[in-house]
Amino acid sequence: MAAPLTLLLVVAVTIRAALYRSSLAEVIAERVEVVSPITAWKRVIEGLALLDLGVSPYSGDVFHETPLVIYLFHFLVDYAEITFMLADVISAIALYLAVKEYNKQVVRKKQKFALEADRYPQDCLELIRSPKEMLYIPLKVAMFYLLNPFTILSCVAKSTCGLNNAVISLFILTTIKGNALLSAVFLCLATYQSIYPLTLCAPAMLYLMQRQYIPVNYRRASFWWFVVQYLFMYLGSLFVLICLSFFLLGSWDYLPSVYGFILSVPDLTPNIGLFWYFFAEMFEHFRLFFLCVFQINVFFYTVPLSIKLKDHPVFLMFMQLAVISIFKSYPTVGDIALYMALLPVWSHLHRFLRNIFLVSCVLLACSVLFPVLWHLWIYAGSANSNFYYAITLLFNVAQILLVSDYFYAFLRREHHLIHGLYLKKKDGSEATLVLK
Amino acid sequence: ILIYIPIFVFVLLRKLIKEEGENDFQEELVIRPLHSGDIYASFQFRTLWETDFMRENKVSHYRLFPKSLGQVISKFSVRELHISFTQGYWRTMQWGQPFLPSPPGAELWVWFQDSVTDVDAAWKELTNVLSGIFCASLNFIDSTNTVQPSASFKPLGIVNETDHRFLRYATLPREIVCTENLTPWKKLLPCGSKAGLAVLLKSEKLFHSSFFSQTVHIRPVCQDRECKTTSWELRQTLNVVFDLHTSGQGKREWSLFKMFSRTLTEACPLASSSKIYIDVTDNPQEEYFELSPATPLLSQAVVLGDRRTFSVYDLTQQVTFGTVRSLNLLIRWKSTEGYIHYQPSKDRMRPHLLEMLVQLPPHSVTEVTVQFERALLKWTEYTPDPNHGFYVGSSVISALVPSSVAMDTNITQEQPLFSSFFPCKEESSYFVRVYTEPLLVNLPTPDFSMPYNVICLTCTVVAVGYGSLYNLLTRSFQIEEPNPRLAKKIANFIRRIRGVPLLS
Repeated sequence: MAAPLTLLLVVAVTIRAALYRSSLAEVIAERVEVVSPITAWKRVIEGLALLDLGVSPYSGDVFHETPLVIYLFHFLVDYAEITFMLADVISAIALYLAVKEYNKQVVRKKQKFALEADRYPQDCLELIRSPKEMLYIPLKVAMFYLLNPFTILSCVAKSTCGLNNAVISLFILTTIKGNALLSAVFLCLATYQSIYPLTLCAPAMLYLMQRQYIPVNYRRASFWWFVVQYLFMYLGSLFVLICLSFFLLGSWDYLPSVYGFILSVPDLTPNIGLFWYFFAEMFEHFRLFFLCVFQINVFFYTVPLSIKLKDHPVFLMFMQLAVISIFKSYPTVGDIALYMALLPVWSHLHRFLRNIFLVSCVLLACSVLFPVLWHLWIYAGSANSNFYYAITLLFNVAQILLVSDYFYAFLRREHHLIHGLYLKKKDGSEATLVLK
Repeated sequence: ILIYIPIFVFVLLRKLIKEEGENDFQEELVIRPLHSGDIYASFQFRTLWETDFMRENKVSHYRLFPKSLGQVISKFSVRELHISFTQGYWRTMQWGQPFLPSPPGAELWVWFQDSVTDVDAAWKELTNVLSGIFCASLNFIDSTNTVQPSASFKPLGIVNETDHRFLRYATLPREIVCTENLTPWKKLLPCGSKAGLAVLLKSEKLFHSSFFSQTVHIRPVCQDRECKTTSWELRQTLNVVFDLHTSGQGKREWSLFKMFSRTLTEACPLASSSKIYIDVTDNPQEEYFELSPATPLLSQAVVLGDRRTFSVYDLTQQVTFGTVRSLNLLIRWKSTEGYIHYQPSKDRMRPHLLEMLVQLPPHSVTEVTVQFERALLKWTEYTPDPNHGFYVGSSVISALVPSSVAMDTNITQEQPLFSSFFPCKEESSYFVRVYTEPLLVNLPTPDFSMPYNVICLTCTVVAVGYGSLYNLLTRSFQIEEPNPRLAKKIANFIRRIRGVPLLS
């Protein structure tokens, strides 16, 4: 498997390098779908210039990166392109190894034990996956990530979303490998960069408990003990990082500039998310209320999803990543690319997906229409903001449909694994399943 | 009488020694900060010796004057000798005029005494001997690169008559200067490189410069106005220009340590005067750079037709070295070229402020560009006519323009109102302020008629997400039991009344 992966890496790096050298690099770096006020490279350069000028980079409203990023690029600003390509490569390799390990566990633990325990009804043997089918899935995951046009655009634009994706991929890898400390550290880094990965605590804890055979029962002491351990590691690293940032720049300025900015959404630059137009047209009286509603919306699905999917923490991780990418305050196509890279892991669900054709058509059409309508609004002046807003809405609806479709398919497969694949009604005719 | 003998011997010895002539050694260093940020340092070492090399008995007791050069002068009957080794080309436009100019490569010109019969043979031997003394390849000087200038290169010392047959001039532009040339040059100094200003002459710093030149000049000079007594003067000069970016790391701050990687601890004990001069003519009130440690001594000198002011550090005075026993002069520029004050804006709180202090070169065009992004504002923050655009105020340029007419600084005099608004502090310039046109920026506008619609639509999308996930989370799969349709139900009800069999 190493040879095809290496070939894939070489192809991906070549494409990115070719685009860096072309004139498209500047055009792409300006696109609002690819960069947001939090991740734009131009703002990183501005922050570095302000630091050189002796002014605090957070004194204006331009720079919203964390102090660790500014110091990282203080040393690496001449090698920025290599850094971002390396981040993409690291993400792809981490996802590849993580999915390989996960597949091994699916085959070994779940299916073997369940087959031996005769827990599956006879007619759903075709739902069980063989290791031969699963052989190419890690490579497909790496390919989906590296050759996704969204990722390539994000890398060429030098958006720091690539770095965030690398950290989250490493978090996924260390969690699936079972290393609790590293998983807490990477999760803490991801949370430090943007607050939303906090919700990934739950799937990480569930997975690690499952791996260590701790029963997920809130009445058991071992459950709470593990939770306390993990949270201690997580909060400890977070505390260390926050204090380190304070010492790097000597002030707490970065807290309102980074986290206050993410949470209170003062910048209404258009992007592919739902926040910008909503808060541009919001009545002042209700602004705080809706801000809280929208931000709670991101964190809100953690507990119900964890309860429903407590036996399937990796799928839960996928769902959480998707929810974060859709509902965060400044989404970019780089965030979407990360959860889309994990779709091949659930490729066995395709027979239960209902809307996949519609969703893929809508996503494709919207991706093409974004730059067109932007041009018509800003440069040609013949359209207005509603056109772009409409495409934003459609794009998000398509993503929500995609995620809920996969959720439906997953739950349905689980139902069939328990109750059998070919269900019959009481009178012997073929039954249809509905959600009631 | 016994007592008188030692005194007599002493006085005799003193007379003999005095007969050898007064020896005097002076050293000085002149530092001139240049406009481009580079710095020009010129070392001058002068040894004066009241002696006569041309008399019959050879001079044997050398004190401060180097023996090798003395022997050269007497053997080859040299009247004047000027030799220079230079690396780099002097950039007059950027650096001004040097104190002692020299061409790139090696240059040697010699005036022989009238008593020399075969000047060419003496010249050939002289070049070979000098080549050995300075470790340079001056032996390549031969008839192919030697000339006898008739109009210039007149003797710089005492002039009797100038027959240009006794002058030889040669130049080797290909000659490179390196440490091997500096070391014997330093050895000619009385204190060597162990004390005084010569401790600063370290080759690793000197050759890491834009311009380096070391010269030796020997000539007879008059001691007094009537020229009753003459002495031989040996001058060794070293000119070096350090580059702001290569040696200075871009910071406009120079110190002895930064230039030479050494500081001074004492003057040469054999020197009668050891001074450092810093050119402060362009810095009368310390407004461009400051000098530390401060010195009260100032002197003026006319250099190249210009009267210049110098701050003087006297190294023979112990107080110059202060309590730390070492002197590290520091020249720090007060405001860097192009002072920039930038205060970034905070949304909805304060605007951007950009102030730049620029020196515009004459007959040039300077362009200042600022990149900006257009922001989308909240719909309440737009003016009632948003499609007109937003105004950005004029930029302001304030300048002191040199005036061709002397301005009157006396404000109490009768002046018409239209010419007496701005206060006039100097005679040679007047204050002017120029405003540019304001900028009209078209910002993208949201649709102002749509607040309710937008709220409803976005909440709908969020609700679609919420609804589908809620459905999947709270419901479970069940086999569908068919529900009788309403029409069937009514039909069955009517049939029951009629007593007819029901529909399935």
